[in-house]
Amino acid sequence: MAIVGDISSGHSFDPLAEVLPALTPSEAAIETNRCLYCFDAPCTQACPTHIDVPKFIKRISTGNLLGAAKTILDSNLLGATCARVCPVQELCEGACVLGKYHRPIEIGRLQRYALDSQTEDLFLPGPQTGRRIAVVGSGPAGLSCAGELARLGHSVVVFERKELPGGLSTYGIISLREPTEVALAEAKMIERLGVEFRFGVEPNPSELAATYDAVFLGVGMGTARLLSISGEEFVLDGLELIETSKLNPSKLTFGSEVVVIGAGNTAIDCATIAKKLGAERVTILYRRSESDMTAYQHEIDYARTEGIKFQFDIRPIRVDQVDGNGFALHCNEGLSESSFEIKVDQIIRAIGQEPPLNVHRTELGFVEVTNNFETNLPMVFAGGDCIRATGNASTVMAVQDGKLAAKSIHRALMGCQ
Amino acid sequence: MSPNLSTEFAGIRSPNPFWLASAPPTNSGHQVDKAFEAGWGGAVWKTIGAPVLNVSNRYGAFHFAGQKMIGINNLELISDRPLAVNLREIAEVKRRWPDRAVIVSAMVESNFQAWKEIVQMIEDTGADGIELNYGCPHGMSERGMGSAVGQVPEYCEQITNWVAQVAHIPILVKLTPNVANIVEPAKAAVRGGANGISLINTLNSIMGIDLDTFEVSPSIGGKGGHGGYAGPAVKPIALHLTSAVASNEFLRSSAVPISAMGGISDWRDATEFLLLGATNVQVCTAAMHYGFRIIDDLCDGLSNWMSSKGFETISDFRGKSLPHISSFENLNLNFKAVARIDALKCISCNLCYVACNDTAHQCIDLYGPSGDRMLPGLDPERNGKYATQSLKPVPVVREDDCVGCRLCHNICPVEGCIEMVELKSTHEPITWAELIQKTPDVASDWEVMNQYRSEHDIHIH
Repeated sequence: MAIVGDISSGHSFDPLAEVLPALTPSEAAIETNRCLYCFDAPCTQACPTHIDVPKFIKRISTGNLLGAAKTILDSNLLGATCARVCPVQELCEGACVLGKYHRPIEIGRLQRYALDSQTEDLFLPGPQTGRRIAVVGSGPAGLSCAGELARLGHSVVVFERKELPGGLSTYGIISLREPTEVALAEAKMIERLGVEFRFGVEPNPSELAATYDAVFLGVGMGTARLLSISGEEFVLDGLELIETSKLNPSKLTFGSEVVVIGAGNTAIDCATIAKKLGAERVTILYRRSESDMTAYQHEIDYARTEGIKFQFDIRPIRVDQVDGNGFALHCNEGLSESSFEIKVDQIIRAIGQEPPLNVHRTELGFVEVTNNFETNLPMVFAGGDCIRATGNASTVMAVQDGKLAAKSIHRALMGCQ
Repeated sequence: MSPNLSTEFAGIRSPNPFWLASAPPTNSGHQVDKAFEAGWGGAVWKTIGAPVLNVSNRYGAFHFAGQKMIGINNLELISDRPLAVNLREIAEVKRRWPDRAVIVSAMVESNFQAWKEIVQMIEDTGADGIELNYGCPHGMSERGMGSAVGQVPEYCEQITNWVAQVAHIPILVKLTPNVANIVEPAKAAVRGGANGISLINTLNSIMGIDLDTFEVSPSIGGKGGHGGYAGPAVKPIALHLTSAVASNEFLRSSAVPISAMGGISDWRDATEFLLLGATNVQVCTAAMHYGFRIIDDLCDGLSNWMSSKGFETISDFRGKSLPHISSFENLNLNFKAVARIDALKCISCNLCYVACNDTAHQCIDLYGPSGDRMLPGLDPERNGKYATQSLKPVPVVREDDCVGCRLCHNICPVEGCIEMVELKSTHEPITWAELIQKTPDVASDWEVMNQYRSEHDIHIH
């Protein structure tokens, strides 16, 4: 029998452990009972995958955790990741009718509570159709698409260039928000639906299209953008830093002065990690104004509470190695030509990624797709970050893209609705 | 000047109308001392009498939607403390608290000698009154006591009569609600010589079933059974039974006061019972949930309410709601009210919409921000909090079709958002009783009924 409230497990302090604690059964009970159980609920409308939020919350409240988990996963196979990484303030919780009077229901944490409670597989592969589909990329879009296709009875092979599945969830979301195990467990769940995974491969879409009945590209973004300044070789790449923080955190050490260049969520994540792992002063430098920052407001607020400083209208122009230790980062302020220098121990860049891959692209460089997520190549579909401009890309949008693309592929292959 | 909360019940005075009911909170001198220190006006000592043995897991609870214990049931018997200890402590408490009401509840075997002895012992303590427990629905009833007496008016009258023969202090009779018509045992008690009526005792109940063990909850070594049910969930039943006793012609003419109880949690509940004619009230479950300190707001809230209404004493408003109690046949059939939804207060939870359309009378529609009628359903193409704000539907009542059922008003989570608005009727008020006197066939012939309806603009689809 489980002992409730056992605090004897004395594991050592992990500075990168998940920030938000799991809800206890009592906390979940209070939170579920606050939910009004709205009809045509705004939270469900606001969710890009349209999870029936009141339905799963009601199910938690009645003790039907299995049903709650199934309700979530039925709309969003990556519900466990989304419960942690979704900008809920902009989506479900931002739409909660109680926000006007009190505070919104903690939908994200309840979703996590429902899914954390489940260890069994909730779905079975559909009756086999005999169709074979290649999915490129095992990030949220790829896994969502692969899982939905498997539920529809198709044979799916996922090609992943890295060693582990999960894409951004595994490599790019800091473990303060989502532990790596959560993303890996989701990929395992998809695998148990009969999906085959091949790692360390980066196949050509056109060649795949020749051997598979359909192809889905969920390749995410391309390589990280460079500052293109002298001394670039002394600058650490933000995404690589986050990847190390997830897979080999013991390899990361920080000096006392750290500067992060950029103003998106990745920049905030890098700054947070530096701070958590011992940097005394962490400053985010951004070439534009505060209102131009692309990071979510709640992330910016969180960074400030962690003691991270921000400086705006600063353009880095050169990095010099300083004898002995550290670097000098030369910058211009605003439009002025006069430069100043900052003495730092580490410089991290997080200024976005190049658009991906050689498929027909939009002017912005993203893969161009129809409303049905089909690219210019026949039976090659795409979704997730690779089709979305900055600010419009998120894990949950990728999941929805993958899900809808799976339906399009199914329709195209089976000729039915 | 603050209002005077003091009451006199069958000659028993107390500084406020709040007595602790005969129950676990009044089990000992220690507890009653503490209660009086907190400010309770009186206490009905937990029933003393026949020797008993108790069991564990004796209180069950009904929790609802996160609210703990909106109902409690108990299998605890009358006091299991030795009779002599109880009697000594009662005497000590009464000596220490001369201004408070100390009533002793009693229950013994149904013979004159047993009752005579217990009455004399109680009187020797200096207690202000005696309450005859005819209510306990479990344990004692199997032994021919408690509700076994309260359910048979003849026994009720007989035992009350035995007590009245020997008692020199006021006799209260506590009634069980587990009867078809509570007025009969109440009348029997008055005929037997009761000076006051207490009601209600607990209701028969089974609190729940454990879905893992299939046992009754709470389980007493694998078994359980019905116990006495009380707490906030029973208040409406207690209000009804209080009004039934308070409105009865015979009981009114006998002027026997009522000590009302059943789910009183706060001063508002208490005031409702007083407005229905109770002379004072008794409280148990709320004290068991939160402690004796609740007396503070019971007194303060009542006092402030009385001030706001200009009442100086409790008798200024006692029974003021009784004239409003009626029966269906005397209600005005031409009274018409409809629901109106305040769009500015509406948070778009759509609970009124689904309730009205699924289970009531299908007269609420949804309108979009542009003023067009919307069908329910989500737009799968849109997401994000801004999309929901621009899609925000507002429910609107079609007043011509609204029958004024009040369901939407009852479930709306926003204070003051859905109000029931009275519509002026163009027809004279008429009751069912008046109507069937005038047109008897409306009750038996649909043709006649339809004729009446069309003449009175009543259109039901």
